[in-house]
Parts: sequence; structure tokens; C-alpha cells
Amino acid sequence: MAIAITRHRRRRSAADRGSRAAYGFVGGYAVLLVLFGLVPLGYALWMSVTNHKGQLVGLGNFVRVFDDYRFLGAFAHVAIFLVEWLLTLMVLVVALALMLHARLRRTARVVRFLYYLPGAFAGAASVLLWLILLDPVASPVGPLLRAFGWQTLNQVIAPENLPPIFMVIAFWTGAGSWIVIMYGALNGIPDEIIEAAKIDGANTFQIATRIQIPMLRRWIAYMLILAFAGGTQLFVEPQLVSTASGGQVSDAWSPNQLAYQFAFAAADVNGAAAISVYLLVISLGCAALVVFKARLFDKD
Amino acid sequence: MTTTLDTPRRSPQRPRGARGRAPITVASVWPKVLWVIVIGFFLCFFVVPVLWMLLAPTRTDHDIVVGAPLAFGSFSDLANTWDNVMSFQNHALMTWIGNSALYSVVAMVIALVTCVPAGYALAMTKFRLRKPLLTITLLVMLMPSATLVLPLYLEMDALGLDGSVWSVILPFAFYPFGTYLAYTYYVATVSDELLDAARMDGASEWQVFLHIALPLAKPVAALVAFLNFVHSWNQFFLPYVMLPSSEQYPAQVGLSNLLTASPLFNSSAGISHILRPEIALAALITSVPVLVVFLFAQRALVEGMTAGATKG
Repeated sequence: MAIAITRHRRRRSAADRGSRAAYGFVGGYAVLLVLFGLVPLGYALWMSVTNHKGQLVGLGNFVRVFDDYRFLGAFAHVAIFLVEWLLTLMVLVVALALMLHARLRRTARVVRFLYYLPGAFAGAASVLLWLILLDPVASPVGPLLRAFGWQTLNQVIAPENLPPIFMVIAFWTGAGSWIVIMYGALNGIPDEIIEAAKIDGANTFQIATRIQIPMLRRWIAYMLILAFAGGTQLFVEPQLVSTASGGQVSDAWSPNQLAYQFAFAAADVNGAAAISVYLLVISLGCAALVVFKARLFDKD
Repeated sequence: MTTTLDTPRRSPQRPRGARGRAPITVASVWPKVLWVIVIGFFLCFFVVPVLWMLLAPTRTDHDIVVGAPLAFGSFSDLANTWDNVMSFQNHALMTWIGNSALYSVVAMVIALVTCVPAGYALAMTKFRLRKPLLTITLLVMLMPSATLVLPLYLEMDALGLDGSVWSVILPFAFYPFGTYLAYTYYVATVSDELLDAARMDGASEWQVFLHIALPLAKPVAALVAFLNFVHSWNQFFLPYVMLPSSEQYPAQVGLSNLLTASPLFNSSAGISHILRPEIALAALITSVPVLVVFLFAQRALVEGMTAGATKG
């Protein structure tokens, strides 16, 4: 009995020691999480339901920004962009990774690397580059652009063309990394499974759709979530395009730009916070949908 | 590591000669043709812009407009372009790149020091706040971080940090995705038994982490470092809002200054030497550090991201 108690006590103190160490391990991260994740989040929520004097106004800010003439446009722009971007990304990345995996391994390595390289030019660099490449006057594919009936840069970057243009830029910088990752994931599928399927008479297409793609599910979900979270944040692209278009493209083309305009041009931080909260709720809702659909965070 | 690049996949039992003897028919050729067309088309799509960017600084703006689409100009034009870029706002470009390097490297170090131990603790130890911390991490990871830029600005303002370098470095260093990657990595690759064995031998929790868990985390640490560096380097919105003075700009924000100063995109810019070759060169120079990191990171990307997959 006495022995049992001492042992029990000793184990308890070891567990305490372990959990104290655990708090040491997570401490630094937890501080950053609170300071730069939770506090700004709470602050945004608080500001979205108060006015500039700090008085509660309920949903007043949400109604007010919703009625702004630019609000629906900004969200619609990003929604169109996201649908085009995610569909293209999903279909092409999976297709290209499967194709590269299927034959000519040595060539595939070089091709994969070349696909991946433009990722190094993401951000403002890629936007500047594409602004020149999309100018029919100087573009290496100028004749192609003129075939679409565009003679000047301003005709190319007309507001209705922007979602596909941003999609092209995002695909150019972002798809390669995902092709590399999908390729690596395909390599992780054990040979025996593929061989067994071949012996059972499955052709390449059946192997891809019945075995390889289901096994990529986790990475496809990953990719969609990260691309989605990135895509909702459009700021630098429309900002630079707006500058380059000389006012043809609104400086509140995307929700983040609109929030910026509210905060800095109109000095209305509460309205800006309300826009941020709209964006947060929408993105978290969509992300949660993908997470549960793909059962991404199951600890398997 | 089961996932490596380019391991030969075919098992030796497979009759290799069979394909060679098969008669060449239309049906057997068209998938290959399609393969070449599709892969080739995307190769052009990804490579031609890079090629153009490499060639443009060697030409004059006039030559780019009237000359062949992809051609080499001359070294004297390249030198001229270089001088124009460097003299822009008194060597501002180099200052901006230095700023970007400072912000990204410091943020990367802080991210590594915070994410890897946190991921380890979440995966391998038990403590009361484990579940809430994990849930919040996932939640924040899925949140578009740009939506928090404005509240962050007001918070920094309240703390008196707005305009200081820490107002961008610390938010860059907060990297929930890194913690999540380290967490999944440990869950998938390190067993509890291994750590318990070390504990039996009398190792303290810190020793277990430092001597066993940390060395095992190299692939995921490399991945977190790479992703965080690139993430910080490419940030635009946060520094754009936080940093008031041009001397503090990172390269991304600086490039937008270049755009505004160019008569190509801004008719009121007046006379300026910032034309297409200069913009191409500036875009190229500001991307060199990321390019270098990219060259070395491909393997880390695959190993770190797919480590959990087949072992789980």
C-alpha cells in the first residue's frame, strides 16, 4: 500500500515536470499567438460592433459597409477570382503532376524544376513583370493579345478581365510548388498497390482516378485551403494594377483594398473592421467546409 | 524517409521488353503526343516570362518594343540599365533588399525557435491547454492574415511600436502553419516509445527534446524556415501599412514605388529612366535571395510536406 502511494506520487510529479516542460516548449509560440493572432482578432471584433467613441452599435457597421456602393463589387471580384483560381489550380496541378509522374523520369525532373522556378518571383515582382507582358505594345506574345482585340494595356487590364489575369499570375507563381509536392506525394504511394492494380488490368487512367487521386486527397485539400486563404487576401495585385491603369481600375477592387480605403482614406476604422470580419467569417466558413469534407485534421 | 525525389519506381519483375515489342499504332502514339503538347505548353507558360525578364535588362526600351520578342541586347545596355536602377532614389533598391533580408531572416529565426518546440509539445506531450492551443492554431492558420493587418496596426500604435522594425518582424514570425507542420511531422514520424526510452534513462524533458526530437526534425525545420522566409519576403500589405518611411521599406513595397515613378504606368511621373528594362532588372534583383532559397528548397519542400503521408 505504502509502495503504491509513493509510486503514484512519483509518477504524478514526473507528469507535472513533463507538463511544465511542455509549457516551456509552447511558451514562445503561445505568446506570439496571443499578441499577433488573438488580440488583433478580438480587437477587430470589438471595433466592428462599436463606433469611433467606443460605444456599442450592434450590427450598425456591418449594415453601413454593406450599403457602400463598392462592397458587393469587391466581394464579387474576389469570389469570381477564387472560383477560377481554385478550379484551375486543382485540375491542372493534379493533371500535370500525374502526367509528369507517368513517364520520362529524368526529363520530368527538369520540367518540374522549371515549373517551380517562377515561385521565386511571387508578390510585387510578378505583378510588375506581368503588367509588361500583358502590354500588347511590348509583350513577347503581343500578336496573341492583339488577336483578342486588345491594342493597349488599358484594354487588357479592363476591370472585367482582372479575375482571369490574377488567376494567370497566381498560377504562374504558385502552381509549380504544388506540382512538386504532389509529385512527391505520388512517389509516396507504395509500388505494390500500383503493380497490383496493373495486374488486375487497370489502365493508366483508372489507376489515376481510383488510386492516385484518392491518395492525394489530403494534399489537394491542403492546397485548396492555403490557396483560398491566400486568394481572399488579394491586395498587392489589384493595388499595383490600379496604379498602372491610371484610375481605370478602382482602388477598392478587392475587400482588403476597400478596408484599407475605409481605414486610411475615410478614417473609419470601425467600418474597416466590419469588412475584415465579413472576410474572416466567409473564409473560415469555406475553409471549415473543406477541412471537414477532406477530414484533414484527423490524427490518423 | 520513404518519399524521395526520383527513386526508380518500377519493380524489376516487370517485363521491360514487352513495351518495345508492341506494334506502333495510332492508339499507342497519341497519349505521347498529347503528353508532349500539354507539358510543352505549360513549359512555355512558366519559362518564357522568366526568359524575358532575364533578357529585357540587356536591351533598350525602344528595342523591346520594336525588336524581336526574345533577344539578347548588349552588355553596354545592361550596364546602362543597372546604373539607372541603382541611381533610382540614391541606391534605394539595395536599402530595400537589405531591409527585406533583415526582416525575413530575423522573423525566420524566431519562427523556427517558436514553431518547432511548439509542434513537438503539441504532438508528443500532454498538458492541459494542448487541445485548445491546437484548435486555435488550426483556426488562425485558416484565417486570411491580411484581414488582421488593420487591427494589428492599431495594436502596434497602442503599444508604441508602429513604425519600428518589430512591427513587421514579430507578425512575420508568428507562423501557425509552421507549428502545424511541425506537429504533423512529429505525430507521423516520431514514436512515443523512443522518447520514453530516453526518459527511462533519466533524460530530462529538455534533454529529450534537444538530443532526440530536435535532430529528427531537420526536414520539417528546413521546410518551415523556407516557407516562412518566402512568406515574409513577399509580404506587401503589412509593411505597406506599418512602415511610414521609404528607408524602412522592404523590397516588395519599394517595387511599387518604382512602378509609380515610371512614365510607363504613371503618365504624371515626368521624365524618368525607369522603363521596361529597369523594371525587369529590379524585379529580378529583388527576387535573387528568394531564388537562391528556392534552388535549395525543392527537396525540403517534398520531404517536409509529405513526411506524414505514408508513415501514418
